[in-house]
Amino acid sequence: MSDITLDTAAAKVPKAAPRTPPASQIGLPAWLRANLFSSWINTAVTLVVAYFLVRWAIGFVEWGIVNAVWSVPDNQTQACRDLRGIGACWAVITEKHRFILFGTYPYEEHWRPALCVLLFVGLYIVSAMRRFWRKELALVWIGVLTLIGVLMWGGVAGLTYVPQERWGGLVITLILATFGLAFAFPLAIVVALGRRSSLPAIKALCVLYVELIRGVPLISLLFMASVMFPLFLPEGMNIDKLLRAQLAIILFAGAYLAEVVRGGLQSLSKGQYEAADALGLSYWQKTGFIILPQALRMVIPPLVNTFIGFFKDTSLVLIIGIFDLLTAGKTAIIEPAWQGFGIEVYLTVGAIYFVFCFAMSKYSQGLEAELNRHRAR
Amino acid sequence: MQPFGLSFARALGTVALGLGLVLPGLARAQAPAGAANTFDAVKSRGQLVCGVNTGLAGFAQPDSQGVWRGFDAEYCRAIAAAIFGDATKVRFVPTTAQVRFTALQSGEVDVLSRNTTWTLSRDTSLGLDFAATNFFDGQGFMVKTSLGVKSAKELEGATICVQPGTTTEQNLSDWSRANRIKFTPVVIERLEEIVGAYISGRCDAYTTDVSGLAATRSAQPKPDDHLILPEVISKEPLALGVRQGDARFADVVRWTHFLLLSAEEFGVTQANVDKMANDPRPEVKRMFSKDGGLGPMLGLPELWAVNVVKAVGNYGELFDRTLKPIGIQRGPNALWTTGGLQYSPPFR
Amino acid sequence: MSQTTIDPRSLRAPPRRPLRLSWSDERVRAIVWQVLVVGVIGAIVWWLWSNTVHNLEVRRIATGFGFLGREAGLPIAESLIEYSPTDTYLRALTVGLLNTLKVAVVGIVLATILGTVIGIARLSKNWLLAKIAAVYVEVIRDLPLLLQLLFWYALLQGLPGPRQALNPVQGVFLSNRGLKLPWIEWQDAHSFALIAFLLGAAGTWLYRRAAIAKRMQDGRPRAVWPVAVGAMLVLPVAVWAALGAPWVVDWPALRGFNFRGGLNMSPEYFALLLGLTLYTAGFIAEIVRAGILAVPGGQWEAAQALGLHPGQVLRQIVLPQALRVIVPPMTSQYLNITKNSSLAVAIGYQDIVSIANTTLNQTGQAIEGIAIIMLVYLTISLSISFFMNWYNARIALVER
Repeated sequence: MSDITLDTAAAKVPKAAPRTPPASQIGLPAWLRANLFSSWINTAVTLVVAYFLVRWAIGFVEWGIVNAVWSVPDNQTQACRDLRGIGACWAVITEKHRFILFGTYPYEEHWRPALCVLLFVGLYIVSAMRRFWRKELALVWIGVLTLIGVLMWGGVAGLTYVPQERWGGLVITLILATFGLAFAFPLAIVVALGRRSSLPAIKALCVLYVELIRGVPLISLLFMASVMFPLFLPEGMNIDKLLRAQLAIILFAGAYLAEVVRGGLQSLSKGQYEAADALGLSYWQKTGFIILPQALRMVIPPLVNTFIGFFKDTSLVLIIGIFDLLTAGKTAIIEPAWQGFGIEVYLTVGAIYFVFCFAMSKYSQGLEAELNRHRAR
Repeated sequence: MQPFGLSFARALGTVALGLGLVLPGLARAQAPAGAANTFDAVKSRGQLVCGVNTGLAGFAQPDSQGVWRGFDAEYCRAIAAAIFGDATKVRFVPTTAQVRFTALQSGEVDVLSRNTTWTLSRDTSLGLDFAATNFFDGQGFMVKTSLGVKSAKELEGATICVQPGTTTEQNLSDWSRANRIKFTPVVIERLEEIVGAYISGRCDAYTTDVSGLAATRSAQPKPDDHLILPEVISKEPLALGVRQGDARFADVVRWTHFLLLSAEEFGVTQANVDKMANDPRPEVKRMFSKDGGLGPMLGLPELWAVNVVKAVGNYGELFDRTLKPIGIQRGPNALWTTGGLQYSPPFR
Repeated sequence: MSQTTIDPRSLRAPPRRPLRLSWSDERVRAIVWQVLVVGVIGAIVWWLWSNTVHNLEVRRIATGFGFLGREAGLPIAESLIEYSPTDTYLRALTVGLLNTLKVAVVGIVLATILGTVIGIARLSKNWLLAKIAAVYVEVIRDLPLLLQLLFWYALLQGLPGPRQALNPVQGVFLSNRGLKLPWIEWQDAHSFALIAFLLGAAGTWLYRRAAIAKRMQDGRPRAVWPVAVGAMLVLPVAVWAALGAPWVVDWPALRGFNFRGGLNMSPEYFALLLGLTLYTAGFIAEIVRAGILAVPGGQWEAAQALGLHPGQVLRQIVLPQALRVIVPPMTSQYLNITKNSSLAVAIGYQDIVSIANTTLNQTGQAIEGIAIIMLVYLTISLSISFFMNWYNARIALVER
């Protein structure tokens, strides 16, 4: 969230003077002089940085492209092993990419999770466009998420049934993050309102929940979900492993989002509350019509940032053995023939995470600038 | 000002409500855990839920197409074949070393077929019973040949890779104390991580069950670069686990294992099992014919034995298919008739 | 933080209105709501609790913290205190806690330094440097920390073995067994010198405060550095010399399988520290950048106009103002480092989570094991919060 303040500050940099500068002050040489070689120390920094950058880039290109092995016949990884440290073994990705992306999902049904991933991406894009921020969006969400559920499980419309244990890969990461947000957000609103409530018991409960969850690492909540939840339930009742992890992520996300929402509530001027009271609105009318619409509008950019955090944090389910993207990547290199090619797999998995997070982060920055411009007027 | 914040909030609220209606489908009420009716629960569900390792070469590991392969996975199929006559009616639940007992206790899985050592404390304080030992193992050490070590006694001062949360690290501590050998441990929970550490030279020696060592060794491009030291420092009977007080289901699991042993003893294989109904040997005839009457005693179909052997073969075939390729010898897991420990009570 | 909105109506209302038992009385409503919510949550908690007790009984799972006194039997690779596998679980857990603190404290210091450097680099006039810092921040923040840790660990394992260790400087060895540095043999004299140094530092700080207070009165500057040199350099050296000036350097050397002697940093610790530092530095860089940008340029100019030299401007004008913006988000980053250090369990550094995890695997007592983990982190988190809140209050703008 730190970059919020940043970008506003950066946006206030004074604009260039309207007069045309002298010829020696424009063009590439001038730009180079101003930005790279303005003083001897600046020149030194530029040269040192450029040297390391070029060396690293050449090394990476040699390892990753020039000397790389792109495929090997029939699990014969000897060609790869001979090149250890000299060239990358992208053959591991060629061979295992389906497993990394879809985990243990039945091989011939892989088009289903693939379609689900596309649906998720489509859902994100639609939700990101301000012109779709209407009530109908909720219906789209329900529709798409139901469709995803049907596609993943099957059992209807000629699709074979696929039990949850076999789901895996990227789609699990997306499910954990998206469903996590969808459930944690309403919870967060309730908790944030509760924390600002004048009723002492409710306030105390909300403070307790938020501080307790924020004080412990997510991993301990996941451990709790995997080994303690089953003890909490009455005999015979049982919750699926994936759902348990999902619950832990919702509880975790709820506490962090609650603080984000509370930030929005606190940033509203007191006059808004007083004006609402003066109109004789009830608490729920006041909250629903006056306070929340304004507060939530302000917290959308930090909300996206928090979501990026959860998206990354879902990778922690690795530790409790759920087949998300990272776990699938690690499991792909258990097979003896492919042991030891971790770097290649991590780079690939990292690239997938990066694409999602980078897109969201850029979107959040853009949105923030847009909303701030609106407020500045 | 457009009230998009409100509609946004409402949108999300509605989404949550909608999901709230969809998701509870995920939570299934399953068979009561503690009660002695896992067998009925499995039958009425039409599927066996089997807890396996998250990935251990030779024992349980998904292949490139996501199908579970290995010794432990085949045992799951064998039990499913015994109950349903259909080896595909099994759902595999990968469990880590940490959650395996909870998964069994809570009813998330019906049976644990997951290289689990049978010990007294586990048998008594974790709410589970061990039905049968399907693999006799022991803990050993593996080193790189280039190190020039011939015996574990020479490992003074070495760095040893060990997986925590199992009996392994306790055996290692006991052994080092008994033999006054000091070592530096590298303790990593995930298997592929610890093997990677050994292969890369992070450790001088790697200790785990000998079967695991053999699997790792055979997987290396040059297996001869690695040496499994002669010392075996512990007994590791790997057993099938069921919930405590679940005698009937334990019987099914136990006798499925014995069936695989007996089938091997009598030379019954996947290929010839169909002809065994008319075998001259009375015990074989009893086991594999329609009117032998043994299946119903267990609450299983008449032809359960045929189904099992047809699905996975006998113990020897199963072993040769899953463990032999990764370099594990029969050793103590040979039949008693050839000097091993695997012994089945009579089928009568 | 927790200001409640005061309902204006309640202010206007007479102080003691009789409580009417009616839904239109908001005090009645408030009580009913609270009783309802607390009741429902209480009922849920009670239900879960009774289920748990019943389950533990039926499944015959042992309960209680009795296991803490039992022999742990688990080997621990690195420990700040004496430990052997024959020690109890309690001691093993203590070792784990100290290991967590070891990586968290060092990580906080390193991430702060690196983050500040990168944050300033992003504001550099050098386009290349600023761009690289910006790319670093963006990339590092968009990748899961766990993935980064696994990556660094895999990379460190690719280093040569101890017999082919890299030896850049005499006595320094880098291999897949970790980083070995020469270290002096620690004796009592060194401990006393360290204590003398700490006392000297405290004394210097007190003197500086007094000097500033005096300067406020008479305007005469007083040099602090002679006192600092005396108390923090001369005094410890004198103590060390008085105790016989022991100076034996412990050089690491390859003996048997491993290096013996010297200071060791294991690859697990190194990978965790590297991952945590690089990751958190990306976030801290943005905080620092925001803090510096938050101080208006006019402040620099005004301070320079007063005749202060650049060092003074930075120390006395800009930094105090920037810190006000920096400290609150920095607190949460420090908390994050501490909590994220729990990912150690994935790469085999034996922190509190890793050891508690092994403990609960061995004893089967999940509830107790997880309770220990949560309690430890809550304590650490609250301590850091309290300290940073205290520090924040100290540097906050004092409004008169």
